[in-house]
Amino acid sequence: MSGQTATAAGLGRRVRLTGLPPGTLALRVAVTLVIAFVAVWVAYKAYGDPRTFVIVGLNGLTLAGLYFVVASGFTLIFGLMRVVNMAHGSLYMLAGFFALELQTTLTGGEATSAFGSSEAGLGDWLIPLVVACLAVGVIGLVMQQLFLRWNQGQELRQALITIAIGIIIADQTLAHFGGIAESLAPPDAFPDSVDLPFSNLTYPFFRIFVLLVAIAVGLSLWAMIQRTRFGMIVRAGVDDRQMVSALGINIQLVFASAFFLGAVLAGLGGVLGGTMISVDKANDTQYLLISLIVVIIGGMGSLAGAAIGALALGLVDSFGDVYLPAGYTNYSILLIFGLLVLVLAIRPQGLLGRPG
Amino acid sequence: MNRSALTVERALWWGPGLLFVLVLAVAPLLFSDFYLSQVITKALWLGIAAASLIFLAAYVGMVSLGQVALYGIAGFTMANLAAADGGSPIAWSPWAATLAGIVAAVGAGLFIGAIASRSYGIYFLMITLAVGVLTFYFFAQVTQLSGFGGVNNVTRPGIVSNPVRDPQNLFYIALIASAAVYLFVRYLARTPFGLALQGVRDDPSRMRALGYNVPLLRMLAFGLGALIASFAGILSVWWNTRISPGSIDLARTIDVLVIAVIGGLYRLEGAWVGAFAFAALDNWTRGLDIIGQRFNTVVGVIFLAIVLVSPGGLMGIWQSITDFLARRLSGRPPAQPSADPAGEARPASDTPQPS
Repeated sequence: MSGQTATAAGLGRRVRLTGLPPGTLALRVAVTLVIAFVAVWVAYKAYGDPRTFVIVGLNGLTLAGLYFVVASGFTLIFGLMRVVNMAHGSLYMLAGFFALELQTTLTGGEATSAFGSSEAGLGDWLIPLVVACLAVGVIGLVMQQLFLRWNQGQELRQALITIAIGIIIADQTLAHFGGIAESLAPPDAFPDSVDLPFSNLTYPFFRIFVLLVAIAVGLSLWAMIQRTRFGMIVRAGVDDRQMVSALGINIQLVFASAFFLGAVLAGLGGVLGGTMISVDKANDTQYLLISLIVVIIGGMGSLAGAAIGALALGLVDSFGDVYLPAGYTNYSILLIFGLLVLVLAIRPQGLLGRPG
Repeated sequence: MNRSALTVERALWWGPGLLFVLVLAVAPLLFSDFYLSQVITKALWLGIAAASLIFLAAYVGMVSLGQVALYGIAGFTMANLAAADGGSPIAWSPWAATLAGIVAAVGAGLFIGAIASRSYGIYFLMITLAVGVLTFYFFAQVTQLSGFGGVNNVTRPGIVSNPVRDPQNLFYIALIASAAVYLFVRYLARTPFGLALQGVRDDPSRMRALGYNVPLLRMLAFGLGALIASFAGILSVWWNTRISPGSIDLARTIDVLVIAVIGGLYRLEGAWVGAFAFAALDNWTRGLDIIGQRFNTVVGVIFLAIVLVSPGGLMGIWQSITDFLARRLSGRPPAQPSADPAGEARPASDTPQPS
């Protein structure tokens, strides 16, 4: 090292051959200061009103759960096939409206209006959930088989294809289901709310349920990728697609299954989100954006990265709406932009993304 | 390529191009005021928006979906600073407001370029799309800047006159702006800076090894793209006399992408070719009852067909025709098939340029 530095210095210009690139230290100090400021601000607000802090924190966590379910499907497809599925938001929206329509049919239109006082039986919620997920999964599969399979490796073209399909799905969804914002009724077997321990606060049960589902989805995906033969092939396929197929493994089958699974996760997100928040005609843009941000923050193709990204986005989203100074709360979108800038400034490939 | 083939090829590129420009130059005499304003002028400013995307894609290898957001920043800045209903209560001269809009868009472009320029290919596309959609949500939420449902009755410079009653002025302004953008980009491509950008497109690591600051070059290119996009944003405000968050939502971003892809993502002329096709289609489908309000499905199907069948868009189809005719007329054996440009995220460098 010293010899190299001396040589470079001898050329009249000192070149650092190891260590951080220039400017990185200043950047790190700036980032640390920003994070410290945010932490102090949140701590100050939390000290002033701990009840709000708990509720807003739980809102953020449960929102993060929903975001993770949606984005995990997006990142799964990208990680294996390098396909950016721009139709992901449209699939989310389609599943929401489809499940709502099914539930209305099943309950005769009684259960869909009020959130909290549910009239829907367990089946009136579970059947739409399963059917909508499968339907959206099949649409994803058809999309992959018909349009994407023979364009493998052409990333931009595949992205354009999924954008086109996303437009068509979103437009047809609105044409058939009307696009009026409504929520699905949660099953009446679920309690409306739960009491939080160590306080006299109550919290909507369904939001907690979404968080639990997200954790279950995350753990199953992790177990599937790390512990099963299918996951082994998926991991090998991420590293070297051609080698895997040269070994006699039917990689096309794996691709098709992964695409199906990714679309099913978009559908699951759509039904959960449609029950927790609502189904809305702006869902396609909204959840495409959320998927994009989560994987840009977390790193493309990384499941743990998607969890971190979803957590960061959910918490910023939730706290930003409440903790900004009064009169500025509608600027909360700038916080998300700031989060994105912060991450990209330090790690252009995302927090857990692999460089290159 | 032998001499006669080259002559035929040049004639086939320049002939229709000159005819197109000539027809446009006298368009106010040929078309009704409605058609002039609703189709031709609209196509011209949409074409400028698409040109900013094509400039980045074709010359720098950056496919950006943030161009509509940048034009929105220019438009909203201009609309808020000039007197308007629903915006900030400031009344700058419309020209000063226009200049401020352009500066704001270029500033935003340089900043976004700085954070996105270290990402390549599909990552870059995702980041610019995320930034673009965030910009839409920003204007949708911050009603101090976007009014409730938009900034209306924006005061325009006197020369624009009334774009509905008197559409010729705005038409000629848009035509001159389009020509200026086209000639500027074609000129830029031959300067050392433009050549460096094309070098970055073809091989960033080799350019880095040669001592070029690749992220800086990409950032500056993105700023230039923002400059071009800002012209489209300003013209759209003059044309609409208003701007609302709906003017820059995801659907508009996709519209501009569709225009660029229909025209041809790797040829600058494609921007306006695609824009005319799009504006004419838009105008035509509005009259059809069968389709009703489902214009987006039509756009989606056409977009899908173009991407699947001819990734080079209409310009790609024309390229195949001219190649075929040039070979036929000069009696040359068929050349090797050219590479598929859209699939590789960069154009085939051996594509002949009409020069």
